Amino acid sequence: MTDKPKLKRQQMCDRLAMEFQDGWIVNLGVGMPTLCSNYVDPSKDIIFHSENGVIGYGPLAPEGEENPHLVNAGGQNVTSRPGMAIVHHADSFSLIRGGMIDVTVLGAYEVSENGDFANWRIPVRKGGGIGGAMDLAACAKRVFIAMEHTTRDGKSKLLHRCQLPITAPGAAKLLATDLGLFEIGPEGFVLREYAPGWSPDEIQDLTEAKLVIPDDLKAFRFRDSC
Amino acid sequence: MKNKIYPNFDAAVADVPDDITFMSPGFGNVGVPRNLLAALNRQGAKNLTGISNNAGAVEDRVQIGILVEARQIKKMICAFTAPTHPSRITPFVEMYNNDEIDAELVPQGTLAERIRAAAAGIGAFYTPASVGTELAEGKEHREINGRTYVLEYPLPADYAFIRCWKADTFGNLQFRLAQRNFNPIMAMAATVTIVEVESEIVEVGEIEPDHVHVPGVYVDRIVKIPPDGIFD
Repeated sequence: MTDKPKLKRQQMCDRLAMEFQDGWIVNLGVGMPTLCSNYVDPSKDIIFHSENGVIGYGPLAPEGEENPHLVNAGGQNVTSRPGMAIVHHADSFSLIRGGMIDVTVLGAYEVSENGDFANWRIPVRKGGGIGGAMDLAACAKRVFIAMEHTTRDGKSKLLHRCQLPITAPGAAKLLATDLGLFEIGPEGFVLREYAPGWSPDEIQDLTEAKLVIPDDLKAFRFRDSC
Repeated sequence: MKNKIYPNFDAAVADVPDDITFMSPGFGNVGVPRNLLAALNRQGAKNLTGISNNAGAVEDRVQIGILVEARQIKKMICAFTAPTHPSRITPFVEMYNNDEIDAELVPQGTLAERIRAAAAGIGAFYTPASVGTELAEGKEHREINGRTYVLEYPLPADYAFIRCWKADTFGNLQFRLAQRNFNPIMAMAATVTIVEVESEIVEVGEIEPDHVHVPGVYVDRIVKIPPDGIFD
């Protein structure tokens, strides 16, 4: 193992958020993906949707200015934004299943080279925390994943096949880890951008799945360089 | 027009029998019928089946977890049977792992749609959510226009405990922002719908028909949260 610096969570989420296009409806999963909303590109109008039926919420509420009736999917107090709308839970998921979500960013325990991913059940405990992830994964136009490249004990989370029960088959298309940006295509994981100081070989050494290294491999794009 | 106001929460839940199925809305701590759950806890009905997004949280505030902890619930139907963060071990998680409570895990959108289907008199529906996963195993699948769906059935309840912002004496309801979540569909899907009201209960006619989120025809009992009630 190396103690070379890896990408920070905010940097990983910034990179995924750079892919959001003007006018997109975006749903962010609980945990790391919510960091995507900290990346603001003033040239783009992004509509954030939350499972509880809030369509078009604003940034996290500053301390002392929380509205107790307004939270995002993670239960965090968010602010309202002009144009925001509220629907009930069944209508909120009609919006999801109806194909209105341009991208959902989700966390994961594992992603496999065929685009399967697992994020709701770990074997040490009965049951799981599926929440809205299966509806989102099955029905959003795109699924992006933000997760660490390896487990705490150094095992690859980019696998040939998922070991844990999956959330949706073949859904994940773009993945940011602390070692780079990966596209998931017909040939499997394509390393698009590498973390500074990391070579493709070093990244492959920490990856169970075989990586495709394209000729146009680039260095990881950070917030300030866009 | 029938006046549905009850004097207090204990009176509103006094006749809830054992063995019933109930719905309890709320999402991210907003729109939780805390006063009614507290009253049901005092009332002591047992062997209940609960339908809710979560099976309880790690916190001091009143939520469905108090009924789980008091062993009033035999089964939960919900979108989380394990915590999103592994360190948050709720009483439900411990009991579920020890086989002391039963549970059915349902994807959140399927949960909402099953409730809506019960309210809407729909016999069953097909959804693409969960196809290809463990949660779809054993269920009827059908290919429709080239896409695979899984069959899901409605989820009715005997009682719904509801939290709203404002009501009139007939039970027309209004919600505030994200408080709405599961509240309207649960209010419409249960046989008996009991509502706790945050701000005020106004005379019939004072809420504009266009501003009603749940029509009073679905609502049976309403209680204003008193100054010493649970507001947060």
